[in-house]
Amino acid sequence: MSEKKPERREFLFTASYAVGAVGVGAVVWPLIDQMNPDASVKALASTEVDVSSVKPGNTITVLWRGKPVFIRRRTKDEITEARSVKMEDLIHPEKDEDRAKNPEWLVMLGVCTHLGCVPLNDKGDYDGWFCPCHGSHYDTSGRIRKGPAPLNMEVPKYEFVNANTIKIG
Amino acid sequence: MSDHDYTPSSKVGKWFNDRLPLLTLANHLTDYPTPKNLNYWWTFGGILTFCLITQIVTGLTLAMHYIAHADMAFESVEHIMRDVNYGWLIRYIHANGASMFFLAVYIHIFRSLFYGSYKSPREIIWIIGIIIYLLMMAAAFMGYVLPWGQMSFWGATVITNLFSAIPLVGEGIVTWLWGGYSVDNPTLTRFFTLHYLIPFLILGLVVLHIWALHVPGNNNPVGIDIKKPSKDTVPFHPYIVIKDGFALLMFMIVFAFFVFYSPNILGHADNYIEANPMVTPAHIVPEWYLLPFYAILRSVPDKLLGVVAMLSAILILAVLPWLDTSKIRSAVFRPLYKQFYWILVADVLILGYMGAMPAEGLYLLIARVATAYYFLHFLIILPVLGFKEKTLPIPLSITESVLGGSPNLATVKNKESLEK
Repeated sequence: MSEKKPERREFLFTASYAVGAVGVGAVVWPLIDQMNPDASVKALASTEVDVSSVKPGNTITVLWRGKPVFIRRRTKDEITEARSVKMEDLIHPEKDEDRAKNPEWLVMLGVCTHLGCVPLNDKGDYDGWFCPCHGSHYDTSGRIRKGPAPLNMEVPKYEFVNANTIKIG
Repeated sequence: MSDHDYTPSSKVGKWFNDRLPLLTLANHLTDYPTPKNLNYWWTFGGILTFCLITQIVTGLTLAMHYIAHADMAFESVEHIMRDVNYGWLIRYIHANGASMFFLAVYIHIFRSLFYGSYKSPREIIWIIGIIIYLLMMAAAFMGYVLPWGQMSFWGATVITNLFSAIPLVGEGIVTWLWGGYSVDNPTLTRFFTLHYLIPFLILGLVVLHIWALHVPGNNNPVGIDIKKPSKDTVPFHPYIVIKDGFALLMFMIVFAFFVFYSPNILGHADNYIEANPMVTPAHIVPEWYLLPFYAILRSVPDKLLGVVAMLSAILILAVLPWLDTSKIRSAVFRPLYKQFYWILVADVLILGYMGAMPAEGLYLLIARVATAYYFLHFLIILPVLGFKEKTLPIPLSITESVLGGSPNLATVKNKESLEK
């Protein structure tokens, strides 16, 4: 009997701790999750942009989910340059054909994948974008070529609603 | 210790003290035996307490006028500067007070490094100090975001994006920190909340820091254990109180110079432009007190490793008591360590300068060498030095090192007979 009692007690302790831990977790989770994007932020999911006034070689920047989106109407030279790059030369290999379904239009988040600055247009060693914060160079397809950024600039989900309108998101 | 047998002289005092021994505590703080050779580098603890109180008082008053909302924050800060009575003064004290706080804390930290104040039995004091320093950086960073200028916004973007370097969960953590898909109003309101909270956490840790200090007592320039109380000590009041007070006055002159004559010299002009998520300023630089770590971040070409290097540079300080293998505390008796100490000081200053310069060419090269040396100092030089260095003989007491004599007659006689 003296050997059995401690086992029973240990079981009760362990069970109590377990229930207590679950209880604490259940209380803490709402306090953590309240910091995640709320319903009103999530509701601003898509944006429609009229691109009829954009001439070849020009970029417009629109705000989507609080972030700038670059919409560039690329020239023939830029398209050729972007499509002739060898995959081995890329830090984050992606085909330009996959990034710009319609080769004339490049739509991507204007956010440097290093630490989130907005890269500058028509700058850098690869005729595309250059981030002034920590010196990342992007090519005419928005792919990272040189500098600390690990990834290409992200292409968001988008579609042409008609010939002149792009819907982002 | 003397405070154990303390009895208040008045009857009311005794009645109160028996129920809550606050008077015993006050007596302990007044009589607290302090090494009599403490120099002016030891006055920065008091100066730092002053800085914390100043930040809390000016911060509370600013919070009565500031509006934590993305559409109104910038305007409300201008409102404080132009309309609120003495608003300009309170804000300039608060903004420059942050810089003064860091100036004092860096002197305080480098004092500890020179005199080995982090060594046994003072490791816990040191580690609490490092936690306070980390919280100070968090508070300063979030406070800088509140005016919602261009530097606020882009500084917040860059620093929060550091977390995106964490594999797998990084992006989720960043979204969670932002409360959205970019730095925006939810980010501002939570930063304001935390900026308000942290100073009080620091205040609590300061109490622990001083409590832990009062267990072994102060280190001193000679770095030897002393008997307390003895001929080697003086009571905290009035000796140290007066000395701290004088140093504080000198410090306040520097403080006032910045507040009244060049209140914006430590800030960035770009922060007087309202936050614009579409345009990044051409040259993003953190406040001067974070520049050495910023230089370390940028000197590593890989995103994740850069963040790891930057955090390690700070956290390595927490294990310093175990990296420094030398039994001798004060650099006064460590001829080699003294030289490496000054090289480290120069190295950190160089890192700070490189952090302010663009990360390219020669600047980048120098920053990389300085980063490598920083880690070399803590990980190789300090552990090896403890075994290899030939240290100078340490005095038996403070009195001996100052007057050449010793309070212990036997030791003096022994020494004299040795010299003959």
